[in-house]
Amino acid sequence: MLSAFKGKQKYMTVKPQEDAARREFPDNLWTRCDLCGKMIFNKELEKEAFLCACGHHFRISARRRLAMLTDPKDFEELPPLVAADPIAFPGYAEKIEQAQARTGLDDAALIGKAAILGSPCILGIIDFSFIGGSMGSVVGEQLVRGFEKAAAERLPVVIFSGGGGGARMHEGIYSLMQMAKTAQAVGRHSRAGLLYISVLTHPTMGGIYASFASLGDIILAEPGALIGFAGPRIVEETTRQRLPEGFQTAEYALEHGMIDAIVPRTELADYVGRLLAWHRQVN
Amino acid sequence: MPAFEWEKPVLELEARISELKQFVHGAEMDFSSEIKSLERKASRLRKEIYENLTPFQRVTMARHPKRPTTLDYIGLVFDDFIEFHGDRSFRDDQAIAGGVALFEGQPVTVIGPQKGRDTKENITRNFGLPHPEGYRKALRLMKQAEKFGRPIITLIDVVGAYPGIQAEERGQGMAIAQCIEEMSFLRTPILSIITGEGGSGGALAIGVGDRVLMLENAWYSVISPEMCATILWRDSSRAAEAAQLLRLTPTDLLKFGIIDDVITEPLGGAHRDHQTTAMQLKTFIRRYLAEIINKPADILVEERLARFRKIGKFNEQVLEGL
Repeated sequence: MLSAFKGKQKYMTVKPQEDAARREFPDNLWTRCDLCGKMIFNKELEKEAFLCACGHHFRISARRRLAMLTDPKDFEELPPLVAADPIAFPGYAEKIEQAQARTGLDDAALIGKAAILGSPCILGIIDFSFIGGSMGSVVGEQLVRGFEKAAAERLPVVIFSGGGGGARMHEGIYSLMQMAKTAQAVGRHSRAGLLYISVLTHPTMGGIYASFASLGDIILAEPGALIGFAGPRIVEETTRQRLPEGFQTAEYALEHGMIDAIVPRTELADYVGRLLAWHRQVN
Repeated sequence: MPAFEWEKPVLELEARISELKQFVHGAEMDFSSEIKSLERKASRLRKEIYENLTPFQRVTMARHPKRPTTLDYIGLVFDDFIEFHGDRSFRDDQAIAGGVALFEGQPVTVIGPQKGRDTKENITRNFGLPHPEGYRKALRLMKQAEKFGRPIITLIDVVGAYPGIQAEERGQGMAIAQCIEEMSFLRTPILSIITGEGGSGGALAIGVGDRVLMLENAWYSVISPEMCATILWRDSSRAAEAAQLLRLTPTDLLKFGIIDDVITEPLGGAHRDHQTTAMQLKTFIRRYLAEIINKPADILVEERLARFRKIGKFNEQVLEGL
């Protein structure tokens, strides 16, 4: 077997660390709600799907999200890819290593074949805790492979986009080009008559919003998620205007006609599951 | 004309030569050998300075206020042009210009962000920063080109899509995504040329060409050097260092396979000689249009998709113990 990989760099196995997701919200600690300021015991938070009583949706890891949608045991993850450092950006290689160690992920996207309420699909989840859920070559390629697999097997695609930074600056022009690459993969899948549900979670901005995340047949969002192209601070600095109340929230996007519906986290599996069932095709 | 600090030696020498020529004109003495020697020196100095520009010096060249704009190029490169307006939905965004032009007798659709040539024009054109309706106008014109089998030429010079409140309300991200997606599948030849600034998604939105070219003193990047410096060091004044890191020059992008060719500019930059730059642009448009104009639409689209499909650098992970 080894000879088959001759010439390729060898990598350490990055085992999905079960406790990596746990470290976000350590069991015996409390977390303050960003919205209402209330302190919540983490064990309590886990029971409530990481929602505060005030409605605030805490950001969650891709693995937690996966477990809320489907049985992780049945998830057939795409073969792993790891980031190269295409423009030799200072500090990038270390940043990747740290993010891998911290999250137990290879990169910011978890993509594979899954079933939601019994409907098979390709499921992709972007994890914000991996360099802000930004899209570099790996995320771009994995998404494209996901859409290609879906097109080949005539499956729908469901992507949860929670990438604050959008395109990953550390990969320079390569990250910008992932916007074109992923948009085209969506286009091919769509032109084959297949369904793509895009779920925007907090935050979906920049190059991720301006490519695949915007191109769903159906676009959903979690309550309160920040959704937009330019970051609110940049908008404020450029226009020197006070930002309107709730600017760039999911509610704001719904009001302005940019998304189909806002769905609370606790209802998402059922909601998406129903949509998948209603679009189910006879192969 | 505003001069850059680093090109002052050349400009001073040029001024001295022209002074000497003026003086000689009225005098009996023969200074021709001195003038020749000075001109040789000036030409050496020009080569030395302009052929060794740092990435950030190129960025500043790309932003030169006298650099030709999209409409300047349209006037100089094409035989005729009729401008079209509006996105048929909200308004006409003057930060993007577009219409039908004749290129050596061939009707083509030309589209590009338009910066103002003075303060007044910059206000009406929002400094060439498009709103969503600008991208929707561009897409409308591109679809029109597809319908009538016209090749599309996009001339790109844009710092970025406008980061404004209304722009966000009207779906800036969505407009860019739709432009990228639909442009990718258009069944007509597309030539994209970055003439000045290629700022992120706002540039890529109209940059999905079968061939992508770049002027010598243009830049194309996922983020502006200033914004990159702000993120890295919380200091936008370190943009020159960031420009170095981002690999945003045509030389780098050609090496990466992002662009197909570099269009040389007159020594000292396009702003010094619009006419020569435009003729150079014309030569490249002729050459690259010829490569794609007769391709069947199916092949054109397949090749365009394949071109972008392969962009990206990563490693297939090899599990230990295999």
